[in-house]
Amino acid sequence: MTELVGKELVVVGNGMVGHRLVQAVRDRDTAGTWRITVLGEEPRPAYDRVALSSYVDGKSADDLTLPAVSDPLVQLHLGDAAVALDRDARVVRTASGAEFRYDALVLATGSVPFVPPVPGRDLPGCFVYRTLDDLDAIMAAAERAVAAPRPGRRSAVVVGGGLLGLEAARALRLLGLSPQVVEIAPRLMPMQVDEGGGAVLRRLVESEDLQVRCGVSVTSIAEDRGRLIATLSDGVELDADLVVFSAGIRPADGLAREAGLPLGERGGVLVNSACRSPDPHIWAVGEVAALEGRTYGLVAPGYAMAEVVADRLLGGEATMTPADLDTSTQLKMLGVDVASFGDALARTPGALEVVVNDPVAGSYAKLVVSDDAKTLLGGVLVGDASKYATLRPLVGSPLPADPVAMIAPGGVELGADALPDSAQVCSCNAITKGAICSAIADGAHDVPAIKACTRAGTSCGSCVPMLKKLLEQSGVEVSKALCEHFAVSRAELFEIIAGTGIRTFSELIAQYGRGRGCDICKPAVASILASLGTGHVLSGEQATLQDTNDHFLANLQRNGTYSVVPRIPGGEITPEGLITIGEVARDFGLYTKITGGQRIDMFGARVEQLPAIWRRLVDAGFESGHAYGKALRTVKSCVGTTWCRYGQQDSVGLAVALELRYRGLRAPHKVKAGVSGCARECAEARSKDFGVIATEKGWNLYVGGNGGFQPRHADLLASDVDTDALISLIDRFLMFYIRTADRLQRTAAWIEAMDGGLDHLRAVIVDDSLGICADLEAAMEAHVANYSDEWRGVLEDPEKLERFVSFVNAPDTPDPTISFVSERGQPVPVPLGLPGVRA
Amino acid sequence: MTAETIHTAGTVHDAPSDIRWETVCLLDRLLPERGAAALLAAGGEPVQVALFRMVDDTVHAIGNIDPFSGAAVLSRGIVGDRGGVPIVASPVYKQAFNLITGQCLDDPDVRVPVYPVRIADGWLQVGIP
Repeated sequence: MTELVGKELVVVGNGMVGHRLVQAVRDRDTAGTWRITVLGEEPRPAYDRVALSSYVDGKSADDLTLPAVSDPLVQLHLGDAAVALDRDARVVRTASGAEFRYDALVLATGSVPFVPPVPGRDLPGCFVYRTLDDLDAIMAAAERAVAAPRPGRRSAVVVGGGLLGLEAARALRLLGLSPQVVEIAPRLMPMQVDEGGGAVLRRLVESEDLQVRCGVSVTSIAEDRGRLIATLSDGVELDADLVVFSAGIRPADGLAREAGLPLGERGGVLVNSACRSPDPHIWAVGEVAALEGRTYGLVAPGYAMAEVVADRLLGGEATMTPADLDTSTQLKMLGVDVASFGDALARTPGALEVVVNDPVAGSYAKLVVSDDAKTLLGGVLVGDASKYATLRPLVGSPLPADPVAMIAPGGVELGADALPDSAQVCSCNAITKGAICSAIADGAHDVPAIKACTRAGTSCGSCVPMLKKLLEQSGVEVSKALCEHFAVSRAELFEIIAGTGIRTFSELIAQYGRGRGCDICKPAVASILASLGTGHVLSGEQATLQDTNDHFLANLQRNGTYSVVPRIPGGEITPEGLITIGEVARDFGLYTKITGGQRIDMFGARVEQLPAIWRRLVDAGFESGHAYGKALRTVKSCVGTTWCRYGQQDSVGLAVALELRYRGLRAPHKVKAGVSGCARECAEARSKDFGVIATEKGWNLYVGGNGGFQPRHADLLASDVDTDALISLIDRFLMFYIRTADRLQRTAAWIEAMDGGLDHLRAVIVDDSLGICADLEAAMEAHVANYSDEWRGVLEDPEKLERFVSFVNAPDTPDPTISFVSERGQPVPVPLGLPGVRA
Repeated sequence: MTAETIHTAGTVHDAPSDIRWETVCLLDRLLPERGAAALLAAGGEPVQVALFRMVDDTVHAIGNIDPFSGAAVLSRGIVGDRGGVPIVASPVYKQAFNLITGQCLDDPDVRVPVYPVRIADGWLQVGIP
């Protein structure tokens, strides 16, 4: 053993790249060589700064937070900036005076916004666009401006028309302001887009209601009756409620500068191709690093630097490669797509440019090729960036086709086979086509599986279309067949059953399937029949299709007993109701537990006891809670305006109404819901399939959340809607889900798998793009009208009751394998021995 | 239905001489394509049997205890076929069992007992060794 005590790694900066570095070291350092301390200036854990603008769209700080590296070897020291570096003593000191000794120091401090030295730039109302705190301040100021009692439009000036400036402008427009973008260069996005592309981009941006002024700069900012006036170099004065500076960034290299480390010509900590400074203990990664003199303001090169340093810290020999320094970008704004990749501005000597410019359609495409017209060097796409995923990985490779045909409308459609194996498909995570293809060969047969095992497509997502092409090309037959008995998907089966009027499984399988069915297709068909309102789930042949939970209308537990959950709508229950449940549990010897869905679960009921238990519950006014079904479970609520000092709407009342409306609704999977009375979100509505959160003006509707194996927050579908509109939207959402989802697909996975995702869902159920909303609502009305309690249905039917026996030849004899012991005052199952039938 | 239709299910218990036929219930008591449990006794020990009536009125009988969980629940599984082999899927962890041989299709080392069944004058009888 060489070292007993771990070495100290101090990472200064907790942005995306610093975070990636920590992850990369922990992934590689299986021996636990390095103890890692992360010093962060911002008080919050690392978040996705690339997606910063989505904060304005309703994503929360939590949504943007990167997955925590929870590890005893990693310590986060946040809200305390590193202020001094003593290289001789190998110690970093923070603003609070804390000192950290290091064996290796990685500077990942990123950059700071560049604010041009304009008089008035520090006035209240002037902001930069870099951190969540900046966005909080901008949002608060925009809200104040919008609320101010004065006539006229609210406006903002954005200084800088680069990628970040356009994002800022879009965010400001979403906040209700009219943004004016001022760019000193003669075109927008001058770093990425050439003149022709800039002109098309400008027209597209202006049609999105953003004002653009290029070739001018802001010369001063002054206060004017509570607002600001920005004077431009051409003498024009713009009045504004806010000014946002997004005129570029500068490396945050102060710590290194004061410690006497050499800097790049334009700032940044000078490092070699291994990201190491001349001080062998000090490394730099991300925007603060001047890699062989050049800084990079994008996350992908930063990630590559983090991987190189992690490798080096563990004795590796990695260096940065030209492919790691890919500066391709893709900007997605409402309706405007821009992408640039490789040598977009044709700086390579002798480079040739091929341009297809269609000002009528509003698209511009350019490829930059080598002087012999054989190798693709780069390109620019404006207006239609759909070819980005195919073209970007081809940079540096021989052209697979005539370059004009590759970008012309109706030209060559490049398949995935045009790419060499070495082509980087996911530039954010440096994943090559070869790596993805081998993952597919190893059994990753859909996009989520590829994401899980390669990380490709998990950052910006622009390569997902290429992942799909690779799947297609690899010949992975993504079978839609439900099972060996039906060659169609669940959605198609739904259409067949709805369209043909077939109402029995035997007729369906005779006409549209083969064999006798199985435990996959039978419950799926049972669920479809139930969604279509074909009577009691245990009526006639339907009884044979149900799995054991639906067959006994209770949840099978490990010892062969069942649990019973009566519906408690919205979690609201009277003292009498509680007493009834208590008495039933006591009299039948049941174990009781409060569930996460605000109701009470009674465990340990034997099959033959179920009807008697239901009889007692039904007589007291309870009904089935469908805890056993792929159906609506609960609508959880907080107490809302009724009691809560902060409540904005009656969340309990709405939750009860929703639960009663959708009770008994069978779906491809369970459906959970929640209603919160204010933004504090005590009902955890955003972890539900549909969640409703009260606002001052009405309700916000979120869809596609779930807890479970892969937790996911629901996304905002509609905001500030009134109760009637809300219910229409939920009706449509649920019915569309029931009709089109796969078997056992929760709403989150359903939306993710949908072509066009949330935008498509919104188009269908908010804008009625398919013209089916009236039909969806009518289907839900039919469900509501036809609902009846399933437990009561059994109690009232002697033929169904007959099935609730332990043994056909000894109906009341308890199953002798079931026994209980007492634990913490309640009965729990005695563990069952396995019968040892293994040969 | 003929009065003395005899279904021997599988080979394991084929007509051993000391077989004892126990009458369980009328065939019509069983729902087609669905299972039911019966409580019998062998050598003084309780034996749980899962009975499955198929659409053609043949009946299969296998042990009711699910070997993967120990729970007496195989009778509550969904009946169907895999590649034409009649099966029941355990309701606990979903393994499929061949209704004719008792063989688990998902784990070749696992098998549940099978019992001969016959129908006499409408009465379902199970052969217990």
